[in-house]
Amino acid sequence: MVETVLETSGLTMRFGGVIASDNVNFKLQARELRCLIGPNGAGKSTFFKCVTGLLKPTEGHVYMRGQEVTGWQTHQIASLGVGIKTQTPNVMDALSVHENIWLAARRFYSIVEARERADEIIERLALGAIARAQMGQLAHGERQRVELGIVAVANPWLVLLDEPAAGMSAQDVDRMTDIIHQLTRFAAVVIVEHDMQFIRSIAQTVTVFHQGAVLMEDSVENVMSDPQVRAVYLGKKA
Amino acid sequence: MDLSFVIFVEVLYGVASLVLISAGLAVVFGMMKVINLAHGEFMMMGGYATITAVGYGVNVFVAMLIIAPLVVGLIGLVVERLVIRHLYGRLIDTMLATWGLSLVFIGLATMIFGNTTTGISTPIPGFAFGGYQVNGYNFFIIIVSILLVITMYAILRGTRAGLIARGTMQHSDMASALGYSSDRIYMMTFFCGSALSGLAGAVLAPLVGLVPTSGGAYIAKAFITVIAGGPSLIAGLVSSATSFGLVSQFFTFTISPVIGEVALLIAAVILLRTMPKGITGRFFKGKL
Amino acid sequence: MSRRASQDVTITLVVSAFLIWFLPLMISTYTLTVLVIYGMLGLSLGLIWGFGGILCFGQAAFFGLGAYTYAITAINIGESTLPMILAVLVPAVFAALLGAMMFYGRLTDVYLGVITLVVTLILFKFMNSTAGPQYAIGNARLGGFNGIPGFQTLNVPGDPSAYIWGDTYFYVCALALVIVFLLVTWLLRSSFGRIAVGIRENEVRMGLMGYNVAARKTMLFAIGAAIAGLAGALFANWGEIVTPNLFSLGQSAEIIIWCIVGGLGTRFGPIVGAAGLAYLKFMLGQQSMIDNTLIMGLILVLFVLFLPRGLVPAIETLLNSIIGHKKRKPKPHRMRRARHG
Repeated sequence: MVETVLETSGLTMRFGGVIASDNVNFKLQARELRCLIGPNGAGKSTFFKCVTGLLKPTEGHVYMRGQEVTGWQTHQIASLGVGIKTQTPNVMDALSVHENIWLAARRFYSIVEARERADEIIERLALGAIARAQMGQLAHGERQRVELGIVAVANPWLVLLDEPAAGMSAQDVDRMTDIIHQLTRFAAVVIVEHDMQFIRSIAQTVTVFHQGAVLMEDSVENVMSDPQVRAVYLGKKA
Repeated sequence: MDLSFVIFVEVLYGVASLVLISAGLAVVFGMMKVINLAHGEFMMMGGYATITAVGYGVNVFVAMLIIAPLVVGLIGLVVERLVIRHLYGRLIDTMLATWGLSLVFIGLATMIFGNTTTGISTPIPGFAFGGYQVNGYNFFIIIVSILLVITMYAILRGTRAGLIARGTMQHSDMASALGYSSDRIYMMTFFCGSALSGLAGAVLAPLVGLVPTSGGAYIAKAFITVIAGGPSLIAGLVSSATSFGLVSQFFTFTISPVIGEVALLIAAVILLRTMPKGITGRFFKGKL
Repeated sequence: MSRRASQDVTITLVVSAFLIWFLPLMISTYTLTVLVIYGMLGLSLGLIWGFGGILCFGQAAFFGLGAYTYAITAINIGESTLPMILAVLVPAVFAALLGAMMFYGRLTDVYLGVITLVVTLILFKFMNSTAGPQYAIGNARLGGFNGIPGFQTLNVPGDPSAYIWGDTYFYVCALALVIVFLLVTWLLRSSFGRIAVGIRENEVRMGLMGYNVAARKTMLFAIGAAIAGLAGALFANWGEIVTPNLFSLGQSAEIIIWCIVGGLGTRFGPIVGAAGLAYLKFMLGQQSMIDNTLIMGLILVLFVLFLPRGLVPAIETLLNSIIGHKKRKPKPHRMRRARHG
């Protein structure tokens, strides 16, 4: 039997009278790659935030590898071996690329190992040329790539990415796709994404959110051709 | 009965003086997200402006209510042009720069007026109520504060300038999007805020002797009241002044004035810890 | 890495040995002692603010707490060793509690400023009101605004009659500063220090990496307070009296000015700023033309406006460009003074 690494049951989040996340039951298996899609305000990001501990759900439970983590703080969840990337690039601007990645590695490895891991990731992600450059001086695509390096260096078994391809050039997106495929060799990956092009290129299974709830969950092809999904995306390129 | 009336007036006075102390700072913070740490010194200068004007034979009420706000407002205008406008959007830097300014003003006042206490007598006599002596001037302060709050509300609600101001408070880009020069709005706001500080300093001057370092006594209280009030200008000001006024007067009566002050400060710490966005960040959302 | 660390230590030792020999030829050791103590106080804020992004408006609180702790225990014990240790520990524990309350509540920038400022005011007001004889801890009367005079000053450990004073006391203080400086250097080179800088740069990211940001900030805050407490105890010994003015807002403001003028994000800057400005103030105190406070205020305003990075980083950049020295590091991105700062 394949291990379930992430599971939510009855996850509900209310803001005042608005239900942003409505009774979401979600299951993810080890080394699975899953995309969460849905129009703006469908509740993808709220779901993401509840899972990563950035928000505390009003009701329901979150389990990771069978462990209940509902209401845990972000750093506790990350300490389990969960790699998280938020929507906007979150990096240390005044530090170098190497220092950024080293800090992520140091959380789980000794000083010496952390340096080795950081060097290795920098090589793997082809960041060698900018390893000593300051984060603040890098282009958007490079920053996104470094942030993936930050996530990857800790050797996570679950990776949660919020819109990793936002605002990137086609070439950058190709690189990103590569990196994500590398990640899935060891980790389950959840991607929140708008860009259907990008999703077609990487996803196997897609979960569609609508009005806070899960609308459907199926393979990319079936989802894309589903009339209901098309209706939800009315006016959008599906 | 007499006692409870006297206590009621004292509590009301405590709240009113907090409103008065904080109004100028609240306007500047609410509109511009600038914490003016020279606020206390603006009040001190309002006091000195009053005393100087009275020394030249001006009627004390004219000096307090007109001359002091004008003088301090103009000083504020100069400060805004020379210093503050270069630092918009840099909250911490403006705090540091205005802290520096407060020291500059203390130094200037010391050089001009000397390091001795000056004062003017209370222009309204006290009266006996039942068996208790009531300070008549406290009523004046209560009335000024109430009028101040009503005027602020009326301006924000009812005038065109108030509309622009409300827009700016919610979205700092809003005014410029509507075609108003944000530069001029900030200038006007800082003028008004400074004038309010001057007014407060002038009105409170007869109650306390003035020294160049008088401002220090106000700034912390004003700072706390404004931050604890949160994003809404008037609701925040009134609600936090009321909470702190009640707490400090309660402990002043039951224990001692010093404990009253300390209780106010402790209340502030507890309040900010439990409501990090201020009272109106939690309650009265979206009110003025 | 390790070679550069040893270089760092060598340079520190050589420069400080030179200064400790040279400065007493120019300035009296009595004045120098207080400059050294202020240097240590500046370093304490420079550490938590410059490297941890924690802007504390009440560093004077820990300074005063250290001084009072020393004075009170020294009166009761009559020997200085334990009081010195307590003067470091009490502020550190106090800061740990205060810091935990603030950082676990996720308070940042302005709110941090308000609370540290308020706590300083509470201590100031409380100490000022303790004039009556009922306010006493053991044999030590707190004395209100008059403060506490007449406590046992620093002695050779174990021998209460062997006072350390005068020139010797200067060398003790200078040595203490060198040791603290080296400890800070070590701390900043350690993982703890590098993580602290990471937190200064981006708290959210460090949390996403799995670091307990609140705990680490609390710890750094407590370390800063310990250094400030040590400086306070040394100051108490120097002045032979402690008064509530140690807790005053003016004192807190000065520490902040030292850091800004000297340069944040450097170890040396706050020390230079503290000693330099304190000496300037001492010189200005001998004339009465222009008010002292005015000049301090003007310096702060001008630095914030025109040289927000401070003297030491500016001079470094200047030297590098004059010598044409190939820069080891690229031009630093303007450091985040605090969130939204």
